[in-house]
Amino acid sequence: MTDSALRMNHVFKRFRRGEQHDSLRDLIPSLIKRAVRKDRERSLAPQEFWVLNDISLDIKKGETVGIIGHNGAGKSTMLKHLSGLMVPTRGSIEVKGRLSALIEVGAGFHPDLTGRENVFLNGVILGMTRAEVKRKFDEIVDFAGLEEFIDTPVKRYSSGMFARLGFSVAAHLEPDILVIDEVLSVGDFAFQRKGIEKMRQIAKSGATVIFVSHNLQAVAEFCQRGILLERGRVIEDGPTDQVIRRYLDTAMSHGERTARGPVRIVSTSIAGADGEIGKFQGGSRARISVTLEASEAAERVAVVIQIFNADFYDVFHTSSERLGHPPLSLAAGQKAECDFDVDLHLGAGTYYVGTYLYRYDAEREYDHVFPATSFVMTADRGAHGVVNLYPVVARFATLPAFRPNALPASPNREFKASMPNGAHRSMLDSRIKVALEPKEQ
Amino acid sequence: MIDAFKELLSNRELLYMITWREIRIRYKQSIMGMLWAVLMPIIITSAGVVVRIAASKVSGRPITGADIGGIGAKALAWAFFVSALRFGTTSLTGNSSLVTKIKFPRLIFPLSSVLTSLFDMAIALPVLLLVLPFAGVRLSPSMLWVPALLVVLVGFTAGLCILFSAANLFFRDVKYVVEVVLTFAIFFTPVLYDAKFFGKWRPILMLNPLTPVLEGLNSTVILGHQPDLAWIAYSTAAAALLLWGGVVFFRGLEPRFAESV
Repeated sequence: MTDSALRMNHVFKRFRRGEQHDSLRDLIPSLIKRAVRKDRERSLAPQEFWVLNDISLDIKKGETVGIIGHNGAGKSTMLKHLSGLMVPTRGSIEVKGRLSALIEVGAGFHPDLTGRENVFLNGVILGMTRAEVKRKFDEIVDFAGLEEFIDTPVKRYSSGMFARLGFSVAAHLEPDILVIDEVLSVGDFAFQRKGIEKMRQIAKSGATVIFVSHNLQAVAEFCQRGILLERGRVIEDGPTDQVIRRYLDTAMSHGERTARGPVRIVSTSIAGADGEIGKFQGGSRARISVTLEASEAAERVAVVIQIFNADFYDVFHTSSERLGHPPLSLAAGQKAECDFDVDLHLGAGTYYVGTYLYRYDAEREYDHVFPATSFVMTADRGAHGVVNLYPVVARFATLPAFRPNALPASPNREFKASMPNGAHRSMLDSRIKVALEPKEQ
Repeated sequence: MIDAFKELLSNRELLYMITWREIRIRYKQSIMGMLWAVLMPIIITSAGVVVRIAASKVSGRPITGADIGGIGAKALAWAFFVSALRFGTTSLTGNSSLVTKIKFPRLIFPLSSVLTSLFDMAIALPVLLLVLPFAGVRLSPSMLWVPALLVVLVGFTAGLCILFSAANLFFRDVKYVVEVVLTFAIFFTPVLYDAKFFGKWRPILMLNPLTPVLEGLNSTVILGHQPDLAWIAYSTAAAALLLWGGVVFFRGLEPRFAESV
């Protein structure tokens, strides 16, 4: 292929669990062991594993590629190989053109130096010349929105300001290939949008962009092609939508869990009041049931539910604690069930439910499953978007000619609109009931 | 070696920026600022004067201005060597966030430590130049040797920095070993005394590649005659070998830096 920007040919990388010898005392025994063992290229010692396992990829010029996968799937290691920071145990990597890797924003920023000094330093570290930085300086500072603070040492910056400046320098690199690791999760929402917009511009200018993120929505929005990694292997490679779908399927089948606490989520289900499962009409009432089980005694457990739409926006979340229900302490072996009644005033589309067990006073997460279950909302009349506000047209008419002396006393009078009865009632009723009771074994 | 040089040449702006950063940081938020660079050689020289006074009491030979000037010149070089090695050894581990996050020739880190210490030396140099005339030192053609001697000194120092910075990345005890050795190395190197004090045992002292360079500085600047050419050749060879070996060793291990730091 002549137009490929980046190729990985059967790349393997071996990692080792646990401590490596870090002092001279440990060196000699390990050297002897190494000399005795043959065929180091392919074999694995008991403590070792493949963090990248036979990865072959061909990324074309101008492609935007999103790499997704669970924690520890090898995403960051792969980027470190692409950017030349690590060398594969076996296999080869070819890169054509100037590659800039953004593994961490503001790497190399020094806290004692001012914003201005750090922009120059970081710019050159990332591969610009000083003249280039000078030329783009105003643009960089303007993009970060930090004109007033540019001569302040960055140790006085908030973490958001720090990250914004770091991203801004990196965003002005003009590389042929841009490799980005999870850096868009910095700054506030507005800045993240700005960041994605900037990446889009970079991609539009013909650069190849490789993007690693847990933010599936950003990946879906930005990347044409997705690559799903699992345990160091590529298990799906294709259009982003398809890859994200596969990712969610794998996530649901083994449930992405974070904590291995004394109490775990056994199941999460959603069912309608009329027994419907999986598919709901706008405004219908449903019950989300979470079953939990304690393997050891667990103190003050609260249940949190969170609903995401297909773009992974957090549409809604609540918890037993927030709804005023006291947390529950479980003895070892005890099971409990928590039911939330909700009115699904949601627009058409697929939604995902995440479940968390949380201890509020200790800020400790016991368990977390996402996505725990999913459901589909069917289309409803003329309402589109994430929520259904049950709109009606209250008035649509031409206005009489403008007469300054004849303004109505209260302009709001016109809006005493009539709402359809049902919608009105159910909106007022949209409260959530919680029943959290220990179940005897 | 040639590849390394080419890489550094194309990254010279980066070397400049990293060195500039080191200098900025060293002098920012410190009360003494630039005085630091001068203080170290002054302390070494003072220690040397004390040693010489003691020696002259024993031997009965009075100390001269030239003796003190010689100690000053050697102290400056020694201060450079110690500071470069101290910062150079930890230059990779101290910049671990850059080593693991951004790709560029890592040789820049130990080299920037050398350049930063060279900058310190340049700050302190005018002070020495002001003092030397009072020590009875006159301009002489032999001073043209000084740049050559400095090249050998810098080459030797850079070689050690490169070697130790890579070693310290894998084995953190290297930095303690370097610390201890540096603390006592001044007794094995003729900074406070002269190699000729040792009479026929002088060659043993000269085996330390730094000795001929320091003695050379003393001869060319203070005494106004040529350095001991054979021994300077020996030092040059040692420096070249160390630099070459250091770079080969460093670049051989470089691919493993990011995962081992």
